[in-house]
Amino acid sequence: MPSLKELSHKKELLSRGHRLCPGCGAPIIVRQVLLAADKPVIVACPTGCLEVGTTIYPYTAWKMPWIHCAFENAAATLSGVETAYRALKKQGKIKDDIRFIAFGGDGGTYDIGLQSLSGALERGHRMLYVCYDNEAYMNTGIQRSSASPLGAHTTTTPPGKAIPAGKTESRKNLTEIVAAHNIPYVAQASPGYHMDLMKKVQKALSVDGPSFINVFSPCPRGWRYPAEKTIEIAKLAVLTGFWPLYEVENGKYRITYKPRKKRPLREFLEAQGRFKHLLAEENKPIVERMEKEIESREKELMIRAGEGEK
Amino acid sequence: MKEKGWKEIPIGGLILEPGNAEKYLTGSWRTFRPVVNKEKCTSCLLCWIYCPDDSIIVEDEQMKGFRYEHCKGCGICKNVCPFKAIEMVEESKYQQIEK
Amino acid sequence: MATIEAMTGDEVAAEAMRQINPDVVAAYPITPQTEVVQNFSQSVANGRVKTEMIRVESEHSAMSACVGASAAGVRAMTATCANGLALMWEIVYIAASYRLPIVMAVANRALSGPINIHCDHSDSMGARDSGWIQLYSENCQEVYDNLIQAVKIAEDKSVLLPVMVCFDGFIISHATERVEILDDEKVKNFIGEFKPQYPLLDLNNPVTYGPLDLFDYYFEHKRQQVEAMENAISVIEKVGKEYEKISGRKYELVEKYNLEASDMVIIAAGSTAGTIKATIDELKEKGINVGLLKIRTFRPFPHVQIRDALKDKLCVAVMDRSASFGARGGPIFLEIRSTLYEEKKKPVVVNYIYGLGGRETTVEHIKKVVDNLSKIKKTGKVDRLIDYLGVRE
Ligand SMILES: Cc1ncc(C[n+]2csc(CCOP(=O)(O)OP(=O)(O)O)c2C)c(N)n1
Ligand code: SF4
Ligand code: SF4
Ligand code: SF4
Ligand SMILES: [Mg+2]
Repeated sequence: MPSLKELSHKKELLSRGHRLCPGCGAPIIVRQVLLAADKPVIVACPTGCLEVGTTIYPYTAWKMPWIHCAFENAAATLSGVETAYRALKKQGKIKDDIRFIAFGGDGGTYDIGLQSLSGALERGHRMLYVCYDNEAYMNTGIQRSSASPLGAHTTTTPPGKAIPAGKTESRKNLTEIVAAHNIPYVAQASPGYHMDLMKKVQKALSVDGPSFINVFSPCPRGWRYPAEKTIEIAKLAVLTGFWPLYEVENGKYRITYKPRKKRPLREFLEAQGRFKHLLAEENKPIVERMEKEIESREKELMIRAGEGEK
Repeated sequence: MKEKGWKEIPIGGLILEPGNAEKYLTGSWRTFRPVVNKEKCTSCLLCWIYCPDDSIIVEDEQMKGFRYEHCKGCGICKNVCPFKAIEMVEESKYQQIEK
Repeated sequence: MATIEAMTGDEVAAEAMRQINPDVVAAYPITPQTEVVQNFSQSVANGRVKTEMIRVESEHSAMSACVGASAAGVRAMTATCANGLALMWEIVYIAASYRLPIVMAVANRALSGPINIHCDHSDSMGARDSGWIQLYSENCQEVYDNLIQAVKIAEDKSVLLPVMVCFDGFIISHATERVEILDDEKVKNFIGEFKPQYPLLDLNNPVTYGPLDLFDYYFEHKRQQVEAMENAISVIEKVGKEYEKISGRKYELVEKYNLEASDMVIIAAGSTAGTIKATIDELKEKGINVGLLKIRTFRPFPHVQIRDALKDKLCVAVMDRSASFGARGGPIFLEIRSTLYEEKKKPVVVNYIYGLGGRETTVEHIKKVVDNLSKIKKTGKVDRLIDYLGVRE
């Protein structure tokens, strides 16, 4: 991976002047992914904050060919683009070596777009699907998704007298669901670890088949923290074990970053308004459940990576 | 931008001018502006890689300041600078001077 | 040399697709369209086409992939009906809005529920305002001819709209008929090379497809779509004439059968037009004259041609193979009545909803319609403005 200094010579492919909130994690992820790409790219986005914020007609922030079709079908749409490319390549009508990248929110990926994603992965289209996971439907006003963590306060899981916990269900482990498709490359990343993320992008783009990277995407508006803390929180998620960084390359698991000293989950929770209610005594069991889940997932991951006891 | 009639715009809602969002100046959103202390800055470029709005000016691998036309003043750059070289200053102070 | 073959509607649709030789086909099976997908898959497997086929996991993805492929800059096709069309609904509109010349075969089938696999037009009629051009076919030959013409209509620079080629499920899709197949070369030359205007794959001219389009421009984009539909009227006529030159078969926006001979007219789309023609011939021998105005093109609606065709007619029966619940009659009826509104002298127009869910419509049914038209003509009285043909009380 080239150094930041070397990367600074590259042309930016996402222009400034987009209208995502100040401090939004999504454009940071997009910039890092695009900086890591060595080949020309064509991008697809499902409906969501990133799509809306970057393409308010007559403006577009995208400097490469870009398509948005609907909310649940970025993978299917891009599979059509990629297939058209293959068709023309076969006919000798196109010379360029192009890579195809989708950037989808958690709603468009974990929930409504899961079928479309699964279909595209199974069919083996050569494309990288990046999920920017801000753990709720932000564009429509912070409703819960299946990526919203246990205990999260969203506008459809508000804590109240009858349900003090907020969201009462644990989040879906999409990274593992995707890994179960046995595609060549799957990873989890965080923009707080930009080198790790960019290395994963390079690997993902080099495989001849589908690849998927699930990226933790802090959202100051929806998670209720000051905009300046986006990267701090992106790091805390990793340092507390909430968002482990790992990859699955041809079925082989590898933990790509291990915090020297794990930080208590509490620090991650305290930093965000969406978890504020969890600090109350009555929600202690929820926090304990979260901690247990983190622990067991960590163990599971270690075993898969061949680092833990069997 | 003057709003055009239906015969004057491309069909299908297509936008044929890549990256023209740059013409949309988001700098007016800012309430605090980042200011760099050149003495402290080592041009490590961490602020650049973490800026959501590509508003850190880098020339010849050196951090040269901010694109205030677009910088939204989120403060991430200040927060990530390992050398505490960036300070967030209330925008109103500058507006008074510029007026 | 053209060849004569015995083929079903589905087989002939797949054959037309083979000759069109699209770059990408994305499709999902559903009765009674299934054989289109199966037969075309065989052509792919046998290496008879250059097509890259995407065997998607749903119709929603079929249309999405077609949108992606067409936007990328290649010829893309699909086929579906009923629930499949309903599932892709959202993307059907998007395909038209992005001005993508996708061609889709629709083997008309009743929409659920309860679930039914047989013919009616509720599926494609429901999509009548989606921005797609709609051509209805009377028989297997027309399925073939319409599909080939559809490519050229869709891709015309003044149009750039997707086209549905509709044909009645089972009645046409599974009926074996004698069909004339043109030479591969002839079809290839007729449709020509696809020259996309704004291909995504053009890296030198990066284009953004599908931005957020709010109150300041969305309306202008819709106005453009209205214009493209209007342009399609003359393009469909032009392509019909060109096609006649290579096939010897005449195609117009509407077809007139025995129309001049009578002041009584039946209007219909799809295979029932064939049943009506047979009835007309039979009645003629008995000295009763009635005309048929067949709707080949429903979108854009050829109102000028229809108005002219109905000039001086006295009574008209409009056959609708779908109900428009809560409306004053079926979709074709509504269009016809609206078309005649400005006319000083207009015929009496009644509506027959018929054949829902595959209910058989025979010569006997059509004779009833003619009887009623004769009665109206004689008495000037309409008993029922909207009637249901063949339903049990
Ligand atoms: C079929 C459909 N259902 C619902 C919506 C409304 N909608 C638009 S974006 C969105 C949520 C997006 O959430 P996510 O994918 O997580 O992206 P984010 O906005 O959080 O970045 C919803 C519910 C839609 N556009 N289409
Ligand atoms: S709501 Fe969240 S994800 Fe959406 S633009 Fe704002 S910060 Fe970004
Ligand atoms: S992070 Fe600080 S030291 Fe590094 S380039 Fe930016 S201002 Fe300079
Ligand atoms: S304040 Fe935010 S937008 Fe402005 S330069 Fe710093 S990181 Fe970029
Ligand atoms: Mg989200």
